[in-house]
Amino acid sequence: MPEILTAPLTVSFPFTRSLGPVQSAFLTGLRERTVLGVRTTDGRVLVPPVEYDPVTAGEIRDLAEVAPTGTVTTWAWNPAPRDKQPLRTPFAWVLVRLDGADTALLHVLDAPGPHAVRTGMRVRIRWAPERTGAITDIGCFEPYEDEPGEDETAAGKAGAGEDRAREAGHRPAAPHDGVFDAPVTGIVTPARLDYTYTPGRAMSRHLAALAEHRITGERCPSCRKVHVPPRGVCPTCGVPTTEQTEVGPHGTVTTFCVVNIKAKGAGIDVPYVYAHIALDGADLALHARIGGIPYDEVRMGMRVAPVWTGDARHPDHFRPTGEPDAAYDTYKELL
Amino acid sequence: MTPPRDVAVVAFAHSERDGSADGASEPEMLLPVLREALRQAGLAPGEADFTCSGSSDYLAGRPFSFTLTLDSVGAWPPIAESHVETDGAWALYEAWVKILTGRADTALVYAHGKPTAGDPADVLTRQLDPYYLAPLWPDPRALAALQARALIDAGHLEEPPAAEAHAVLPLRAGDFPAPVDGAAAVVLAAGDTARRMCERPAWIRGIDHRIEPQAPGLRDLTDSPSTRLAAERAGAFRAPVDTAELHAPCTAQETVLRRALRLDGTVTVNPSGGALAADPVMVTGLVRLGEAAARIHRGDSDRALAHATSGPCLQHNLVAVLEAVPEGETR
Ligand SMILES: [Zn+2]
Repeated sequence: MPEILTAPLTVSFPFTRSLGPVQSAFLTGLRERTVLGVRTTDGRVLVPPVEYDPVTAGEIRDLAEVAPTGTVTTWAWNPAPRDKQPLRTPFAWVLVRLDGADTALLHVLDAPGPHAVRTGMRVRIRWAPERTGAITDIGCFEPYEDEPGEDETAAGKAGAGEDRAREAGHRPAAPHDGVFDAPVTGIVTPARLDYTYTPGRAMSRHLAALAEHRITGERCPSCRKVHVPPRGVCPTCGVPTTEQTEVGPHGTVTTFCVVNIKAKGAGIDVPYVYAHIALDGADLALHARIGGIPYDEVRMGMRVAPVWTGDARHPDHFRPTGEPDAAYDTYKELL
Repeated sequence: MTPPRDVAVVAFAHSERDGSADGASEPEMLLPVLREALRQAGLAPGEADFTCSGSSDYLAGRPFSFTLTLDSVGAWPPIAESHVETDGAWALYEAWVKILTGRADTALVYAHGKPTAGDPADVLTRQLDPYYLAPLWPDPRALAALQARALIDAGHLEEPPAAEAHAVLPLRAGDFPAPVDGAAAVVLAAGDTARRMCERPAWIRGIDHRIEPQAPGLRDLTDSPSTRLAAERAGAFRAPVDTAELHAPCTAQETVLRRALRLDGTVTVNPSGGALAADPVMVTGLVRLGEAAARIHRGDSDRALAHATSGPCLQHNLVAVLEAVPEGETR
């Protein structure tokens, strides 16, 4: 069995999202070093804020400013930061309930080691030097000692946000109109995911043969049809195909279209013909470009052969062989 | 409303737990599993009234990757087919509803996943809230560790020994299964068709699934109210179960599930090894349903609970109750 082919595959995209009014105020606020929450129907302050009440699903729009300081409600030490995570050095993932808020925000805490982190510890926001209106405008959290005289232990207790904030010596959430100059209306999060793609066993066999300028298909043991390119299974019968068979190289144009719009980056001049080609011995048509003939002379039934260029793994295109056209009845099942 | 029908799991097959797809494409990986499930049920490819699958394009890195797997089910002439972009347990739910409503008598349900094609720690961050969470790239282990710390603080879990090497403190590498490639298939059938296909069908007495908010800060991570509610609605608390198959992709999460589902020492939990033994992502939940059913098929269980989860820290939970006796008959 030929070696299974693999290739690196990168999926990369700018994930672009528009913002609702609450999210826009929150992210614009972060740009201006102001943290806003939203007040729910039952009076809790949610940070980060949401557009709809988690209990009633009603629209919620009452914004309130909370402090840049808060309390860790749970944490996890990450000894090996990954590329896209906010800090390069080992850090703690934290949920932080900011003073004045009733819910906790997920972010990272810059600390020297797990010994320096505990639930209930006091932290404050370290702002990113350049801010755009994104959750990463909070660069990270850092440990923070309350002013002398404040009761640090009170901060760890659960309870209503305002009570706890008062105990810790901080003001409760203050109403805020959420109005800023040049509000952000959307975010773009770059995403990149790396894969190792494998086309599978049957396709690897097919591609290995193509590299030797041979086109192969696989025969279904049940319906006897030859599938090109093979996928290791007959899609009609749902059974594995294992018997390899060489097809072509000559074939018949079963149907075609004229392409008049140039694809981005394609080195082929328009108009050109793209065709379904039934290779001799195959029971499934494959598709390829037709060259070596003016586009308006291509016709159904025309006999063609592959043209290989350089060390390419695929035929570059198919050209006319000059054989008489095939009769319609010979390929009508393969349209 | 259509009168209720008795629906059972009559066949179950899954791929070997050896870790990688060994060069197989998804259709190639799936084919032997589908054939085995269909063989057990005595169905030919394409013969089931309804086909439903679960998988995620993000795992494979290819758009519409699930359409390729239709090659393996004998989809010509055209079949009635659907797909869910999550664990196959939710595909089973859709197929169950289809049969309950009288739109089908038999259904083939399958799931496939090739997490080794990419890095699940990166890939699974893309299922999170795109505004506040995804830009920070918190991987599933980080989120599970936040949950574990909350459980330790609440006294539900022991503090791990200080000397051990940790993947994400407080969790160790051994607290997580290694993601493996895999596939699974189940056949569902109604009433007498099920009795014909299987000597001891696993009758579905109820299934329900419930979801919690996606912001981890809005949730009580020490509890799973969605699991409890789904279990209630599925009828899990009406009588004791003898077996439970739990989909806990982290040891600490099993603690949460055992409490939410009120499982005591009389219940055999995860006789298959559970998600920790093998975690073919997007397949693991369907395997729990299949393993619970297979235990009933073999006569090892009379009433079993199966659970599947999706999302971070047990965000979305499905509970099914399976029995050796259908609704209409007395026990
Ligand atoms: Zn066939």
